[in-house]
Amino acid sequence: MSLVSTDRVERAWQVLDTVLDPEVPALSVCDLGIVREVIDHGAELEVVLTPTYSGCPATEVIEASVLDALETEGLGPARATLRRAPAWTTDWISAEGRRKLNDYGIAPPGPVSPEDGVPIRIFGRKADAVACPRCGSAMTERLSAFGSTACKAMYRCLSCREPFEHFKPI
Amino acid sequence: MQASIAIKDDSAVQYLLRIGDTALVLAQRLGEWTGHAPVLEEDIALANMALDLVGQARAVLTRAGELEGQGFDEDQLAFLREERDFRNVTLVELPRGDFAVTVLRNAMVATFLKLLWTRLQQSTDAEVAAIAGKAVKEARYHQQHAADWAVRLGQGTDESRRRMDAALGQLWRYAAELFAADAVDEAAARSGLGPSWAELKAPWEAEMATILSAAGLQAPAAGTFLSTGKRGVHSEHMGYILAEMQHLQRAYPGGVW
Repeated sequence: MSLVSTDRVERAWQVLDTVLDPEVPALSVCDLGIVREVIDHGAELEVVLTPTYSGCPATEVIEASVLDALETEGLGPARATLRRAPAWTTDWISAEGRRKLNDYGIAPPGPVSPEDGVPIRIFGRKADAVACPRCGSAMTERLSAFGSTACKAMYRCLSCREPFEHFKPI
Repeated sequence: MQASIAIKDDSAVQYLLRIGDTALVLAQRLGEWTGHAPVLEEDIALANMALDLVGQARAVLTRAGELEGQGFDEDQLAFLREERDFRNVTLVELPRGDFAVTVLRNAMVATFLKLLWTRLQQSTDAEVAAIAGKAVKEARYHQQHAADWAVRLGQGTDESRRRMDAALGQLWRYAAELFAADAVDEAAARSGLGPSWAELKAPWEAEMATILSAAGLQAPAAGTFLSTGKRGVHSEHMGYILAEMQHLQRAYPGGVW
């Protein structure tokens, strides 16, 4: 790989770090961990993306904004390809991404719990403890397992009484 | 009006259509709740689960189209096939019923799909294995949610308990079709595309027993009834689903947003 080509790939990563997720605009696609690879094919740049959820309606918008940003910065022509395996996990969200999520008012996901061989647990209304992104209290409760987008659940803080969203660990 | 397409009778394609169509038709039924669920949180939950299922259906139908070989894409497969060419199990095409019917059906189907996706992660078809790696996480979450609600309704009021019992009486017998293996299953198991669905019966029954026992509910005794949706012979409800789902593409061929 030539120096020039490395430079093009590096610049592409810098540009991609400014492309925001349309549904969680606090995070760039790099923070989110969905850019798997940037490959310089000479004639064109290939950006390998992985979907977050099977039905995430943002996937196509993200592809378009990634290509737009690269073209605008003169790094094109570029194309985006989708890679499903290995499946995206919230463990790929960067430390910086987690901090940004919390500042934005969304409780970041904890580590994905490893498979423990128990097929199903009956939780009732109890769910994992999540710290309130506003006041930091651990006295919170889940209001709804699903939220405004596929990746989030609804919680409320019992200390400061504010509702907030939680990025589900998957 | 847009003419229908005909699908080649290939067992790998049929196997994938059974999965893709089951996800697609259940998504269509769950979508009917949008704006009508008993509480806002469940309205959102049902729409979210429908969205995951549509995503899974799109990926599986795309792969089925590639294997089928006539160049049909996910949209053509969803919108231009006739009822007899849909391979979903009958269970998912039954009317959405009340909230108890929806909760029980979601528990039954999500438990089944979770077990199926788990096994499909080892598919010899790399694309199917990749789709499964993502879908299994979604199915696990759907199962958990449906199980929580089954317990809440089963242990709730006399009325919610009565409705769960009625839902079991209505839906339980349709589970037999999930595990009635045939030549399509045998071919998939032989080629390594995926497991024979019969192999999922024991773990499915065990997980459903865990859920029903926590809910204080009793599954009806097994009978001899066997529905036939995955062979393309559907209930009287299927045509109405397709009429609604396919209307736009049939009336305005190739129409896009």
